[in-house]
Amino acid sequence: MKERILQLTGIQAFLAPWISVIKGEEVQKNVQALLKSYIYPLLSILLFIGIWHAGATYLFSKEATAKIEKARAERGDAGALEMQNCIISGDVSCQPNTLPSPAKVWDAYLSLLADHKIISAKKDAFDLKVAKTNEKRIAKGQDPITYTGRPSFVDQIKTSLKTVFAGFLLAAFIAIPIGIVIGLSTTLRTSFNWLIQILKPVSPVVWLLLVFMIVKTVMSDSDMDKSFMISFISVGLCSMWATLVNTSMGVSTVDKDFVNVAKVLKLSIGQNIFKVVLPSSLPMIFTGLRITLSVAWMVLIAIELLAQSPGLGSFVWEEFQNGASDSNAKIIVAMFVIGMIGFMLDRIMMVVQKMMSFNK
Amino acid sequence: MSVIAKDILKPEIIEDTRPDMLVCKDIAKIYPTPKGDYTVLSDLQLTIKKGEFISIIGHSGCGKSTLLTMIAGLNEISKGAVYVDGDEVRGAGPDRAVVFQSPSLFPWMTALQNVMIGVKQVFPHATKKQKQDICKYYLDKVGLGNDFNKRASELSQGMQQRVGIARGFALKPKVLLLDEPFGMLDSLTRGELQDVLLEVWQKEQITAIMVTHDVDESIFLADRVIMMTSGPFAKIGDELRIPFERPRNRVDILEHPDYYQYRGYLMDFLNH
Repeated sequence: MKERILQLTGIQAFLAPWISVIKGEEVQKNVQALLKSYIYPLLSILLFIGIWHAGATYLFSKEATAKIEKARAERGDAGALEMQNCIISGDVSCQPNTLPSPAKVWDAYLSLLADHKIISAKKDAFDLKVAKTNEKRIAKGQDPITYTGRPSFVDQIKTSLKTVFAGFLLAAFIAIPIGIVIGLSTTLRTSFNWLIQILKPVSPVVWLLLVFMIVKTVMSDSDMDKSFMISFISVGLCSMWATLVNTSMGVSTVDKDFVNVAKVLKLSIGQNIFKVVLPSSLPMIFTGLRITLSVAWMVLIAIELLAQSPGLGSFVWEEFQNGASDSNAKIIVAMFVIGMIGFMLDRIMMVVQKMMSFNK
Repeated sequence: MSVIAKDILKPEIIEDTRPDMLVCKDIAKIYPTPKGDYTVLSDLQLTIKKGEFISIIGHSGCGKSTLLTMIAGLNEISKGAVYVDGDEVRGAGPDRAVVFQSPSLFPWMTALQNVMIGVKQVFPHATKKQKQDICKYYLDKVGLGNDFNKRASELSQGMQQRVGIARGFALKPKVLLLDEPFGMLDSLTRGELQDVLLEVWQKEQITAIMVTHDVDESIFLADRVIMMTSGPFAKIGDELRIPFERPRNRVDILEHPDYYQYRGYLMDFLNH
């Protein structure tokens, strides 16, 4: 099982050349494989960082020149010199606001981590302090006191993951059953096709507004977390279409031989669905779920941003509004984190999808 | 062709006293097309006795598979009727088990489960142990005694078709229909599977109809070879009795003095 997972995730293929080189098998061939799978990708990363650095330096100097010229126009040469010195000294108050360099982004990443440590230490201290009070409150049947301070970057990531999974599960619970029912009947498929085709391309923003209209009314007197509800329902509705279409496609295109066997064996409708139709369309369903998860992660950021619900999206938006000297760098950190988490989610789904396909 | 040869090929008809198992009466298959009806088969008559092994040969596209799927109930009968054991056929059912050209096993199930799903339908009141025993007996007979729990997707094509044969017999059908079951296999595997099929059939004596385009296969396996004319409006052109004794053995059949007479007769039909 462990070996199978290593193989499916591609980790085995990734590590194989190292192991062979260490063992001394086919050294020349494996060194080439190493070059191909490690050195060249590494070089491409360095190239990317180099171009980024050069671009950031150019933008920085352009912005700095503009600032100095502006100061010169307003306050003469003395003002320009003052501005130049201020920029060189690295004073926060006069830094040009532009694309941050890779080094600044790295610093921002470290400061976010440090910030997370401070906040979680505060949180632990708080929890310790209120532990006794909370016990009493629970004994009395009251809600415990919880920490309500500013969330750290890591907390935001956790919230985003929670939202995306809630949305993903909602999408699966809606799309798979409907997909099966629609897939089984040509009549239903043709009658609902127009609805699916029209709703599928609708933008996440519009879904959010629609969900907002409904949730606002439905939950007007509930004290549940409305912004979380709105964002995860919107994520689910945006991302479920791939699963819906794939499920109905998988169910409607079961191998003709399987259909014939089911007829010869006179399987009942239930047996037919659970023993033949579903297993044979599982690979298609999981392909759909994989697309759904990546779409969910992609729209999540935009939806959090608009719905004002906590998470990476609102983190990015707040930093943008904030305009502190390292805000831009923090936004870029968030961008990479979003990208990497998206990549990891896709890998996980790929492994699940490969485990589900039987035609290997 | 010599006079003696003709005597061998058309022996005096000895009255077959066995009851009729399968009767096709005036059946036709007509596909409506934009340019008018296309008749694949027309006015086809066929009677098969209980326990008989029939093979149907003809050129590809002559409608022999169509005929088989109509008997199986997987293809609508345009005109006429098919009777099995006196009852008219309506739709498919396990009393007419089919071994398809592609093995058609469910790849997510094991060999045993693939047979079991059929056995459960046919023997719903048997105990779990009894059902398992039936499945294992037939899988063992087709040479898969050690592969009960292998997934169908892990088996080779030849082994998958063995499971297909086991599934066919395990259903205890009135008629076993074989639709070019060895068409996709290499000639060595095909030979092996013909032996397996014949061995199991010898024990069960189930009425069997096999569609094939392999002349040697049809002679080796069948009591009677039905030759179909090319479509459209295909019908039975001729038939040939193969009175070799059973149980049959490949080497003996190939060395039998009459073998090449039969083979020549069939080839002659197919080439004209």
